Amino acid sequence: MQGFRVASPMEQFEIIPIVDLSLGSIDISLTNSAVWMLIGTGAIIAFFFAATRRAAIIPGRLQSTAEVLYEFVSDLVRDTVGPEGRKFFPYVFTLFVWILVANLFGMIPSLPGLPKAAHTFTTTSHLVVTLALAMVTITIVIVYGFYKNGLGFFKLFAPSGQPFYMYFLLVPIEVVSFLSRPLSLAIRLFANMFAGHIILKLFAGFVVSLIGAGGFLAVVGILPFIGAAAVTALEFLVAFLQAYVFAILTCIYLNDAVHAADH
Amino acid sequence: MEADAAKLIGAGLASIPLAGAGIGLGLIFGNFLSGAFRNPSASAANQPTMLLAFALTEFTGLLGFVIAMLILLEIF
Repeated sequence: MQGFRVASPMEQFEIIPIVDLSLGSIDISLTNSAVWMLIGTGAIIAFFFAATRRAAIIPGRLQSTAEVLYEFVSDLVRDTVGPEGRKFFPYVFTLFVWILVANLFGMIPSLPGLPKAAHTFTTTSHLVVTLALAMVTITIVIVYGFYKNGLGFFKLFAPSGQPFYMYFLLVPIEVVSFLSRPLSLAIRLFANMFAGHIILKLFAGFVVSLIGAGGFLAVVGILPFIGAAAVTALEFLVAFLQAYVFAILTCIYLNDAVHAADH
Repeated sequence: MEADAAKLIGAGLASIPLAGAGIGLGLIFGNFLSGAFRNPSASAANQPTMLLAFALTEFTGLLGFVIAMLILLEIF
């Protein structure tokens, strides 16, 4: 292998405690995952602080970027939930920007030679993180749905205007579809980032193995290299698209909660 | 049959949903494009719906991938 070492594609998902902490019997160590979440959150706060520090009528470059992001999510909320969705805008905006930054920071290549704990880590490639985000969304939907509509929230499971015998079929389907929402939200984001990063590392591993083999095979190594470059470009698209999809699905579910009684 | 062999076959079977996801994604993008070429002015308005359908369809394939991974890595 000429001194090359191909890491297993699963190694990048390893959670490494950096500062050992414990609360009674619960392990609350500061891990590389937590560090990357803090880096992401810190970057978002720093960015918006810098962008709005000298707010002007004619925006500068930073302010324009922040405004584009704001208007993008604002339009999304207005189009899907309507005027009543304004109060959910801060939540959806936070969700969108946080997932986007977590996805994009995972695309930063790790510097070679650093200890494993200092490698780039994609926080959204862990089911526990995405499931927590999805649970928050669904909790808001259920709590606000009951707060706004009272027991009328149950009309969500029985769309009006059907012949009565259809309800025997419709209600179970609607209930199952509602119950599967947090899972599908969480698994979609997790599996996209997980699978994407495995493919990235697999292609990179092919390049290293082929160059390590030497001779003619080293020349063939250009093919997976092109593939790796293309997959990297695709991953940037997926990083944005998944943040967008998470935000738009959150909006659609919130719309159900806001307008449950109109069904 | 060896348990390991059965595990690998199971993981292989769990990747069959990828075929369905591929067909579905092809249908979505193909139909969106054929509609967008006929009426280009309406294509921008329908793009969010298309991306949403893309995400929902892709989920089927990803679920297969997750199940294959669960089988291979023995996380139950």
